[in-house]
Amino acid sequence: MKINRRDFFKKTAAVGGSLVLGCLGGDARKAFAAEKNKVRPDCFAMLTDLTKCVGCRSCERACVRANKMPARKIGYFADLSVYKEKRRPDAQALTVVNSYENRKWANPVYRKIQCNHCIEPACASACLVGALKKTPEGPVIYDEDLCIGCRYCMTACPFYIPAFDYFNATSPAIKKCTMCYPRIVNGMVPACAEACAVQAITFGKRSKLIKLARERIRTQPDRYIDHIYGEHEVGGTDWLYLSGVPFENLGFLMDLETVPYPEFTREFLTAVPFVLVTWPALLGGFSIWAGRGKETEENQTSTKEKEGSKK
Amino acid sequence: MRENVNPIGSAISARSWVREKFFLGLAPTDYIKRLITPFNIIAAVLVIPGLFLIGIRFYQGLGAVTPASQEDPWGLFLNWGLFAGVPLSATGFVLGTAVYIFGLRKYYPVVKNAILMGFLGYLFAVIFLLIDLGRPWRLPFPMFVSFGTASVLFLVAWHVALYLSCQFLEISPSIFEWSGWRTLRKWALAFTVALTIFGVMLSTLHQSALGAMFLLAPGKLHPLWYTPYIPALFFISAIAAGLCMVILANLLTKRFLRDQADARYLTSVDSITIDLGTATSFVLITYFALKVVALAHGDHWDLLTTSLGRWYLLEILGFVLLPCFLFVYGSRKRNVGVVQFTGIFTLLGIILNRFNVSLIALNWNLPNREFVHWKEVVIVIAVVTIEILVYRWIVTRMPILRDHPEYEGEH
Repeated sequence: MKINRRDFFKKTAAVGGSLVLGCLGGDARKAFAAEKNKVRPDCFAMLTDLTKCVGCRSCERACVRANKMPARKIGYFADLSVYKEKRRPDAQALTVVNSYENRKWANPVYRKIQCNHCIEPACASACLVGALKKTPEGPVIYDEDLCIGCRYCMTACPFYIPAFDYFNATSPAIKKCTMCYPRIVNGMVPACAEACAVQAITFGKRSKLIKLARERIRTQPDRYIDHIYGEHEVGGTDWLYLSGVPFENLGFLMDLETVPYPEFTREFLTAVPFVLVTWPALLGGFSIWAGRGKETEENQTSTKEKEGSKK
Repeated sequence: MRENVNPIGSAISARSWVREKFFLGLAPTDYIKRLITPFNIIAAVLVIPGLFLIGIRFYQGLGAVTPASQEDPWGLFLNWGLFAGVPLSATGFVLGTAVYIFGLRKYYPVVKNAILMGFLGYLFAVIFLLIDLGRPWRLPFPMFVSFGTASVLFLVAWHVALYLSCQFLEISPSIFEWSGWRTLRKWALAFTVALTIFGVMLSTLHQSALGAMFLLAPGKLHPLWYTPYIPALFFISAIAAGLCMVILANLLTKRFLRDQADARYLTSVDSITIDLGTATSFVLITYFALKVVALAHGDHWDLLTTSLGRWYLLEILGFVLLPCFLFVYGSRKRNVGVVQFTGIFTLLGIILNRFNVSLIALNWNLPNREFVHWKEVVIVIAVVTIEILVYRWIVTRMPILRDHPEYEGEH
């Protein structure tokens, strides 16, 4: 029945020790919780007006040059046969333009694809080393020196944007548009916006671009459909689109919720410290209890045996 | 212990120690001759092509051996090695809890084996990670260089690393008994309860965190599998996986490693297997109930008639509910064969679930998908074969399926 003092101390120390270890191990002081929704300053953003794009691919060329990507063959960007298939950004191109047939006009509609620079990016909340970051200026940037190549950002991104350098064995990196962050901080406009000859891409503060987009929809209701893609999708993105035909006809994802993606894991992460604190206490208590139960049992059987032998 | 003062004598004794511990008491040449068995030849045939392909992967990049999809970035190395491998390695924490926390001494004979399997399972999950990561040499980055604390994967990384160390310490008394280091063994044993509690805590969190990783893919994971309950579902099914892996190990060790086990192990495994079957039936019915709650909560009943819906029904009816009933039947009738069969069946079900979540139902809406590349399969087979060889190497040397005669009655 009785636990001797030494034993009791030993067990208590074991339980306490695991508690301390648990807190250290779980890094409870950081509490894992994703950063709370902050009221964000007005960031830089981009507005692509798909009704203006003529599919000349100058933005693709400017992007390759600005980001020092491997050079393409001469004439590659003038070759319009690429429109025969739907392309996506990859390790060789951070932005691509695709062509879509439509009934509204004789000409196809062109859609430029690149990172949408979510206001609360899923990729940044997925990255376990903080290689992907939302900058206060607006762009979501990537630090190759931290990346371990787990590719969780690719699974997390609702737009299928981050691309991985699968055929590089020594320094494979994630490739995605950075909204020309180095240019922005030097007071320049992103390369694609600068290169666009028909002003289909506008760079500016997000609130101004939203106003501009609303104004265009209001004044030319025949030209535009009444939807700014990226205003609310996944909690809002810093790349916005205007279109003359429904976005679903242009391969845009339409089933996205308006909840920012980091919200989806926040609840789980908040539960973590709870388990870290309660589990050791509960289980430690239980193990001491179970141990006592066993000792009692043994004592009883031994007394019974003794009684039996007496009889 | 060492009475040999003269250097030649101690050199001889060191050599005989190595021979005793590593070569099963045989001369090296005899030992090598003894290695040529049909089993080892088959193992070599399975391992060598895989090692060759791993070499290619590190020479030409991950794309040389995988489908290299930009939409589906995770392949078999993670589907098998991490998402299925980690729940199958829940053996140590499940049996450790039963024996050291709940005081169920009946299961003591199998607990060391369960912890060893858990340790190796996590070790090889890390090896699969090293093959899969773009820059595996940066594996310690989340621990020492840069902390992405908002990431569920950050939690998984820390916990897998800590739990691997924790399980190494848990299994270390057997290693010290084998090497004959008494003081270290005594020290290691003193931490058993604390380590077990620490292990349960870590397991609860990272088993469920593996599921929580997919919470970040609501538009990509099929609605029948995407549910806020996914962390709980992953945790509960991991308990079932741990129990069933012990059932499988009981079956295989009794058949193939009989000479390494003591009488206590051999006489008790079958009855332990039946008890584990009963326990698993409770876990499975809980799991099934939560699956149904999740289905109702998601309210996607209409999707059940689609082809993926039928696949989903096959998973929860055929591989969860059916084995649950079979376990009840087998343990009622005390039929070891039925329980063993059902254990394997349940393991297949859990592997199926993890493959569904991390491969088949993920990005289900994309056209023209390539699930696996044959080279990935060859590599996975090779790594699993190495894992089995390492397990056999340890079990044929260290007191895992038996108690060391010098320390009997001390546990």
